[in-house]
Amino acid sequence: MLLAILLGFAFSFFLVFTGKFFKGRISILAAGIPLALFIYFAQFIGRISDGEVITQFHSWIPAFGVNLGFTLDGLSLLFSLMITGIGFLVFVYTSSYLKGHKYLDRFYGYLSMFMAAMLGLVLSDNLISLFVFWELTSITSFFLIGFNNTSIASRKSAIIALSITGIGGLSLLVGALFLGAITGTYSIAEMLTMNPEIASNPYYILIVLLIFGAAFTKSAQFPFHFWLPGAMKAPTPVSTYLHSATMVKAGIYLLMRLTPVLGDHEFWNTTLIIVGAITMVYSAIHTLFRTDLKGILAYSTISALGILVFLIGQGTVEALTAAAVFIIVHALYKATLFLVTGIIDHQAGTRDTTVLRGLRKVLLPVAAAGFLAALSSAGIPPTIGFIGKELTYESTFHFGNIAILLMALIIITKILLLYAGFVAGIKPFTGALPARFENTKMPSFILWLPPVLLAVAGLIFGIFPGIIEGSLVKPMVSSMGLDGKEIHLKLFHGFNVILLLSAITIALGTVLYFVLKPTKKLETWIAKFEFISPQTILTNSWGFFYKFSNTWTNLFQNGYLRNYVSTIMVFMIVLTGYALFRTATYSVDFTTFSPITVYEAITSLVMLVAIVYTVFTRSRLAAVAAMGIIGYAICILFVIYSAPDLAMTQFSIDTLTVILFVLVLYKLPKYLKLSDYKTRIKDGVLSLSFGSIIILLILEVLAEPISSDVSDYYAQNAYILAHGKNVVNVILVDFRGADTMIEISVLAIAAIGVFALLKLRLKKSDKR
Amino acid sequence: MKTIILRTASTYLLPVLLLFSVFILLRGHYSPGGGFVGGLIASIAFVLHSFARGLDNTKELLRMHPGFLMPIGLALAFLAGVTPVLLFDLPFMTGLWYPGHLPVLGSLGSALFFDLGVYLVVVGVTLTIIFTISESA
Repeated sequence: MLLAILLGFAFSFFLVFTGKFFKGRISILAAGIPLALFIYFAQFIGRISDGEVITQFHSWIPAFGVNLGFTLDGLSLLFSLMITGIGFLVFVYTSSYLKGHKYLDRFYGYLSMFMAAMLGLVLSDNLISLFVFWELTSITSFFLIGFNNTSIASRKSAIIALSITGIGGLSLLVGALFLGAITGTYSIAEMLTMNPEIASNPYYILIVLLIFGAAFTKSAQFPFHFWLPGAMKAPTPVSTYLHSATMVKAGIYLLMRLTPVLGDHEFWNTTLIIVGAITMVYSAIHTLFRTDLKGILAYSTISALGILVFLIGQGTVEALTAAAVFIIVHALYKATLFLVTGIIDHQAGTRDTTVLRGLRKVLLPVAAAGFLAALSSAGIPPTIGFIGKELTYESTFHFGNIAILLMALIIITKILLLYAGFVAGIKPFTGALPARFENTKMPSFILWLPPVLLAVAGLIFGIFPGIIEGSLVKPMVSSMGLDGKEIHLKLFHGFNVILLLSAITIALGTVLYFVLKPTKKLETWIAKFEFISPQTILTNSWGFFYKFSNTWTNLFQNGYLRNYVSTIMVFMIVLTGYALFRTATYSVDFTTFSPITVYEAITSLVMLVAIVYTVFTRSRLAAVAAMGIIGYAICILFVIYSAPDLAMTQFSIDTLTVILFVLVLYKLPKYLKLSDYKTRIKDGVLSLSFGSIIILLILEVLAEPISSDVSDYYAQNAYILAHGKNVVNVILVDFRGADTMIEISVLAIAAIGVFALLKLRLKKSDKR
Repeated sequence: MKTIILRTASTYLLPVLLLFSVFILLRGHYSPGGGFVGGLIASIAFVLHSFARGLDNTKELLRMHPGFLMPIGLALAFLAGVTPVLLFDLPFMTGLWYPGHLPVLGSLGSALFFDLGVYLVVVGVTLTIIFTISESA
């Protein structure tokens, strides 16, 4: 399984080198990867439906309990098949949709990286590795939304999507850490038995909120839903794949996966039902006001995700079965509708529902796919959509004392979604063909076959629900910790209230479709309320935060090196001074100090003279030379106090520093403009107080009892463990060699920085 | 600063100083010295040469840009660190020692290669910075 996940990453890495060659005719071959993976996962169907759970384990960071454990059960199998199956069709579709695009190789690279990350997400058993893959899907989604990198709107949508899903990712990490701390493991399989312990923990509510934060941002629940319509700036294959079929369902997946761990608790159920209900009704209403086909589909996707959250919130066997079926239903019809929209956009050049009409005359197979998908989305028999809707109604109908209210909400949502499906799947193809679309050409079969396949699959699964019942739905429900034995998917349940409600839904929806025509007027009307939308509120507060941090940063990072140094010194004086003031004992015992020798006295005198000279000389070169003398004097002090290694290094460093200074000063203009009287007083006070603080600090350190454990250890073991007699050097190259490794890397980076800064000669046009 | 004495002296000083820097590098494990100081001394040797005979002469002598020493040194230090991981399944940076006794060097261990890496990085970094600054107008 690890190999199956790594395959996608390996392919995108391989494209880095072979991209140019790949962009040509053979790009369709990329579809072989998802196809191979689909076949690989499909062969497990038999074993999984027998109730087997396939696991694989690779240790990664065992010290922290972070491992690459993979579980293939009913839940992850369904998602894996969806990811690879729809992935295959989207890969095929893209090769024609973006034919000849400048960055086609890049697109496939991101897409296969996303696929791999998504597979890793649904297969991970370890919460930490799940988080890593979760973030990878957010990042690849960012690149795909911003794929048209020359458009400002694309880039902005990409950033918004990344910020929202990224915050959710952090929330997931914190939630995972909490769970790990409570249960002592990061493995979801091991947490399954600990539900009562977790639910009785005082942090339960917080954990659930954190997990919800992750799921609601990823799955675009109210009030975080607004990144999804923005994400429609991505090319249509991306919208199909990431933003309707797979990535946005990651949040749903997380909720389903953690249902046995965190679920069956009042807070869990109520919150999910409320948020799901608000989301599904709110965005279903929004579909009425859109004229862009992709806008309609985006809002209906959010609404469908709301229905899923709503069903998971109910948490009964019936509801989770309905959710499992609805995931399949939605993936099939929504992907079809997106692909159909893509073809319309590609061939007719517009996605505006107010002008699209009569396209069946030129795009017949596409129209058929759109029609079937619209039926499935409306829940009209004999499509699988009907079964999904019946199950949803049935579970809601049986849900306790507020069933009537929930029933009303779900029926309203379904009516509006029927409208949305019809507008997207049927409206562009009916009526008379306007003159401007008469020259619309039939695309190659590579483009129209994928949606047709998906739509037909929706029909076949509807007529023969037995295909998915035992193989996918039952194992999926049992992997959520419930008994799925009683599940029987049927097209016809007999004449009952549910069927009546279903008929009413279809009738009202159809009436709505014929009465209400999407117009620009409605769209502009709803735009008036934009100022109270969650998006506006959030972006405004970001704007404020951005301004604040800008001002704050400019206050300290103002480009003058001398100000940086004085800022650092002032903070050091204030903080250390405060700490010393609060805690210092000032009990220095001067009698323990060794007497001052002649060498020390002479060296200090030389230093003093050099310092005074440095401050008062009027020549830059003389000042630098005097600084060098101070450095050398410090070297001599090191020698006196028997630190030869330090002295040697300091000696060479000082020599080089003086040389560097001279090189820089040599280039400065000849005239001398010394700082004025005021600045000098200010600097003098600052440096004197800084020096005094350091002296106080050192005296205070001397007063503390010194523990020599560490130095003793090094001194004793240097020769035994590292074959060295020079302890300093042994520490550098052996005991703390990794530090040295990083230090020399930093040195190299600094040198590259200097080189780049001085050698970079921008053209006038490149300068800002 | 192109006095005849300095120019003549620098010709002889460069090899002597370089030899001295290698000596400092090698003795580091037992007595004061090591890759860092050794690298600094070697850089000073080259800087002195460039002062006496001009930067172009020194560059010609080096044949390649000193910046290339940085990746070489980093790679050497890193290899010295990962060799125990790759070959002997020991933790990163475990010291490996050749069991026998070699003439001149004494005992030989992975620490020497690590220190050599440090030496090369320090020479590369110092010379890159100083050469770049003295070249820029």
